Amino acid sequence: MTGPPVGTATVEPQASTVADSAPPAVRRRRRVRPWLFLLPLILINLFVVIGPSIATVYYSMTNWTGIGSAKFIGFANYRRAFDDPNVRQALLHNLIWFALFLTVPMALGLFGAYLLSQIRRYQILFRTIFFIPYVTASVVNAAVWQNILNPTNGIGVALGHLGIPGIGHVSFFGSPSWALYAVNFVVDWHWWGFLAVIFLAAMQGIDPSLYEAARVDGAGRWRQFRHITIPGIQPTLVFLALMTIVWSLKVFDYIYIITNGGPGGASQVVSTLMYNEAFTQFNAGYAAAIGLSMSFFIVIVLIGYFYLRKRGSKI
Amino acid sequence: MSGRQRKGRLGRALIYALLVVLALFALGPLVTLVFDALKTNAAIGANPLTPPTSPRLSNFATAWTQGDFSVTMRNSVIICLGTMLGVCLIAGLAAYALSQFDLPGENGVIAYLFLGTALPVQLFLVPLFFLWTKLHLTNNLLGLIIIFWATESPFATLLLRSYLLKIPKEFVEAARLDGASEVRSLFRVLLPLAWPGLMTIALISGLFAWNEFFFSITFIFQPGLRPIATSFLAFQDQNSTDWGLTSAAALFMVVPALLLFLGVQRRFVSGLTAGGLR
Repeated sequence: MTGPPVGTATVEPQASTVADSAPPAVRRRRRVRPWLFLLPLILINLFVVIGPSIATVYYSMTNWTGIGSAKFIGFANYRRAFDDPNVRQALLHNLIWFALFLTVPMALGLFGAYLLSQIRRYQILFRTIFFIPYVTASVVNAAVWQNILNPTNGIGVALGHLGIPGIGHVSFFGSPSWALYAVNFVVDWHWWGFLAVIFLAAMQGIDPSLYEAARVDGAGRWRQFRHITIPGIQPTLVFLALMTIVWSLKVFDYIYIITNGGPGGASQVVSTLMYNEAFTQFNAGYAAAIGLSMSFFIVIVLIGYFYLRKRGSKI
Repeated sequence: MSGRQRKGRLGRALIYALLVVLALFALGPLVTLVFDALKTNAAIGANPLTPPTSPRLSNFATAWTQGDFSVTMRNSVIICLGTMLGVCLIAGLAAYALSQFDLPGENGVIAYLFLGTALPVQLFLVPLFFLWTKLHLTNNLLGLIIIFWATESPFATLLLRSYLLKIPKEFVEAARLDGASEVRSLFRVLLPLAWPGLMTIALISGLFAWNEFFFSITFIFQPGLRPIATSFLAFQDQNSTDWGLTSAAALFMVVPALLLFLGVQRRFVSGLTAGGLR
């Protein structure tokens, strides 16, 4: 079930020796041909994603409102972003989001995958059920949880009646102290099953004789998990941890749908701040500067990714 | 029965019990959708989380006409199929180049693809919107599909590439030595082997296109062209949200995606896991 993960470099000495013995014209054609296959992808991505992103670099140095003309103002937007308490607050929320998103769904996913790996019967059924929240649309998941957690007759009220203090009639998405965590909970709920399925596959790639040897040595379930399962799925864990940083910086749709950063910025993250600056405050230039500053972190992750790969990590 | 066996059986029961708890956690919230779609608003107001006492189907009929689902569902089917086919073609060709050739600058391409997946939408949204307005690609299903091709293909390529790397190069080499053209070796030899990988990226991009709302509300504002997510959101925007109707509308959105997933789920999961995500 395991395979070479994203980004494993291939070395194919035989192909290059074949190419070298060919006449120059053929050799040149061989070198150009793979790029032809890549052309549609690169062109369309340049056109839609990279090109407009580069245009954003220019806008970030203007006072553009989103319509009309733009005046060049140098790095003023960046200086403003650096001092803006809203940006700091949003970054802090991204950081909290990252800490939660790295631990809660990962732990649940690992737990679910471990349980699945211990059974044969109904494994596919449970795996499918775990995966369903990932298949469901974000707009629907958001609505479902807004219904379940509503302060008048939601689950908080029901649990309050059962005697659990502090959560009866709480407006989870509407209270400044709960909002960020409540939305994060919804995202964790929709995400952990996806991780469980991937971890399960990684676990199935571990050599079973390792477990047998451990059992002979008298190792219990926990020690087997700690010393065989976790090291065995390490490349997957590292890859998903890196992706989690990127996903945590990009997080947008659930927050936008449920709270739109509110109440009073209590669940504002960088992407929703950027969106609101551009589309409700009409500070498109400033929003661009915030967005590009954020992409700086993404580049750092990218460098980390290639650094780990160079050091021989199989990610 | 030895002590060890009894312990094993108890452990097994505990494992299944925990799995059931997790399954209820995953599915329970979505089951309330089905409950509420079958209830009157009075019944939902009394308790939104319990099964209906006298189920009725009228919410479905009302939601279908009010949400204009016959139009939006058709639009979403077009967007979904267009995205799936385009992504499979674009990512399929690219992944073929990245996996079967010894490409100089391969790391650069991978870094580019990684960046393409990692850039937040809000970063390029405003310039893209102006570009699309100039090109008359707003209020245009193809315009939306092209955006999805661009945003979904990089990750699909990375995933499919890892999948194709597992296929021994000897197959394609052998076909080439036999004198088969590049295109022939691609379609005759590699395509059948790559099928689960292709199905996986088709499903991921198809689900994305079906469930997507942000680009849809930004780039399409003509009622006759709106996709299904906007139909659903319309039920929520109304000041007094009708939960019975909203739940029925949600099911119109969820059920096709679910059927698509269940139909190919074995292949999907194996393609996903044998590919990039292990």
